[in-house]
Amino acid sequence: MIHFIIRRILIAIPTLLVISFIIFAILDLAPNDPTGNLPMTVPAEVREKIRESLGLGQPMHVRFGKWMVQFFVNEPLNILQEGFGITIGDAENRTRILSWATRSPVVDLIIQRTPQTLWVVGLSYLFGILIAIPIGIISAYKQYSWFDQVGTFITMVGFSIPTFFTGMVAIIIFSVQLRWFPMIYDTTLEINSWENFVLQVKQMFMPVAVLALYNASQLSRFMRASILDNLNLDYVRTARAKGRSEKVVLLIHVLRNSLIPVVTLIALGIPTIFSGAIITEQIFRVNGLGQLLIIAIEGADIPLVQTLTFLFAVLIVVFNLIADVIYGILDPRIRYD
Amino acid sequence: MPSQTPVLQVENIATRFHTQDGLVHAVNGVSFELKKGELLGVVGESGSGKSVTMMTLLKLLPMPPAEIYAGTAKFEGQDLIQLNLDQLRKVRGGKIGFIFQDPMTSLNPVLTIGYQLAEPMREHLGMSRREARQRSAELLDLVGIPLAESRLNDYPHQFSGGMRQRVMIAIALACDPQVLIADEPTTALDVTIQAQILDIIKRLREELGMAIIWITHDLGVIAGIADRVAVMYSGFIVEEAPVDELYGNPKHPYTRGLLKTLPNLKGKRAKRLESISGQPPSLNNIPASCPFAPRCPHALARCLQENPALVNRKNNHKVACWWEPDSGKNT
Repeated sequence: MIHFIIRRILIAIPTLLVISFIIFAILDLAPNDPTGNLPMTVPAEVREKIRESLGLGQPMHVRFGKWMVQFFVNEPLNILQEGFGITIGDAENRTRILSWATRSPVVDLIIQRTPQTLWVVGLSYLFGILIAIPIGIISAYKQYSWFDQVGTFITMVGFSIPTFFTGMVAIIIFSVQLRWFPMIYDTTLEINSWENFVLQVKQMFMPVAVLALYNASQLSRFMRASILDNLNLDYVRTARAKGRSEKVVLLIHVLRNSLIPVVTLIALGIPTIFSGAIITEQIFRVNGLGQLLIIAIEGADIPLVQTLTFLFAVLIVVFNLIADVIYGILDPRIRYD
Repeated sequence: MPSQTPVLQVENIATRFHTQDGLVHAVNGVSFELKKGELLGVVGESGSGKSVTMMTLLKLLPMPPAEIYAGTAKFEGQDLIQLNLDQLRKVRGGKIGFIFQDPMTSLNPVLTIGYQLAEPMREHLGMSRREARQRSAELLDLVGIPLAESRLNDYPHQFSGGMRQRVMIAIALACDPQVLIADEPTTALDVTIQAQILDIIKRLREELGMAIIWITHDLGVIAGIADRVAVMYSGFIVEEAPVDELYGNPKHPYTRGLLKTLPNLKGKRAKRLESISGQPPSLNNIPASCPFAPRCPHALARCLQENPALVNRKNNHKVACWWEPDSGKNT
């Protein structure tokens, strides 16, 4: 297993390098002008100067090389210094990846935005899982019962209606009409009193609920199908022939087998916590990573887009590896040699 | 060896399935009894209702679509068919052990052999984990698995087909059952492994003295081990007799046909093996006439009008047929 993990990490390195280059190349080849949003009165020479000051005067491979050094060397060193107080090398003249739009370091922006995303999207993912697994189990075990019929209908609706629609409906009903929940997520809210905590729960409720419904719909259908696949297998009959109770048959024999693909799917889905809720964050005005990416794209803030996109790629590669490892732990038939 | 007291008395069991194409009558009133220490062979072609009959006894069929709509099965003074699930669970795996046909799929792939083997003992005998583990090792040893102790931590995929079937036998025997139901336990195995499994069952039967119901479609296997054989066709028992009587003096045309399909080792290889022409009838309706009549070389006019009941001709030789083999050479 250790060898497998090391080998996979070694393979991941060239993969990620290629991905980073492809992202860089695509962004560079795209028709794009960082001065495009400036007023028309700014003369052409000034625009040219601005472009040069952003580093655009240099050829592409030089800029890519600089980004690589900044991302893989300077930024980790900076995190070491800021986070742990360990200074390595020349900290004064170290260049960091700067956002074109705000001129602040990209990584700092990302660190600022991450907690909101983790709270809102992460919680919705967690709730989605917690709702989906029992629903999937009961639906499958009592197939075609009223519980299954209702559950299957709701999950089908939840799965097929996009979150930007359910989100809008939720805002109109609960914020505009009923005024139960705030429409805009307030990041500056500090949780230092019970009232503020209640406010925080209130402002998180709608985005979390909308996303959790969507995640749960997808996952519970998968869970149900996985249990149904196993319920009619011979080993289930064997367990019953031993005199095991239905609870043991379902929760030990069937569930252990059914969870293998589900847990893998959950692990593979974790990167989408960071990236996938782009639209939902936009609708509920949660200023998380998804919204940051949208703003960066709209403002042609190439360094920010490049860095964010690459980080999402890293997460996907890492969680693919984690999913494979989990698969190996859950299923004794899988051997990584 | 078999005594006269029956451990299991099955009376008029009938099971049908509700399918999209209508009802399928898989078992249509089967009665038999199993005496203490006896080995009853049940033979018949695929779809004749052998497995369904036995699974009906322990309600191991998925219900729905299956429905047991008639019959009783007396075991230890109670009717298995009337028991609720909790009462039945005490019988399953405890007093009646079950071995299934396909050892490759009958074990749970993600649980260890030790866990799966200990389950019936922990369920029925209330053993602690350690006691069950020790007994599990003994059981594996009993069915001839070397290094039993260390193999308890292995998973099913680390065992071959024959080894897995031995594990299944060990599971079925774990609680010293009075009755062992073996549903084609050797069908999925190759011939050498079949012989080994047969030897194990024969040996354990002598050592433990349980009654066995052995389901098979292999007449050769059953001839060597059974005390009594029941032949099933279309969800009916059509003939039932002590093993020598059945093989030496078959009375039902179907049994005769089956025996003719066997190769004979004695004498010259005279002719091609015979087959029974035609197909078994559809099971969508309970036949009002003899279900074998369309394929029967001796069918009488009466066979097409009335379904014969299983009657005792003599010496416990029971046949369900209107035709008498000894009366009149040709009909």
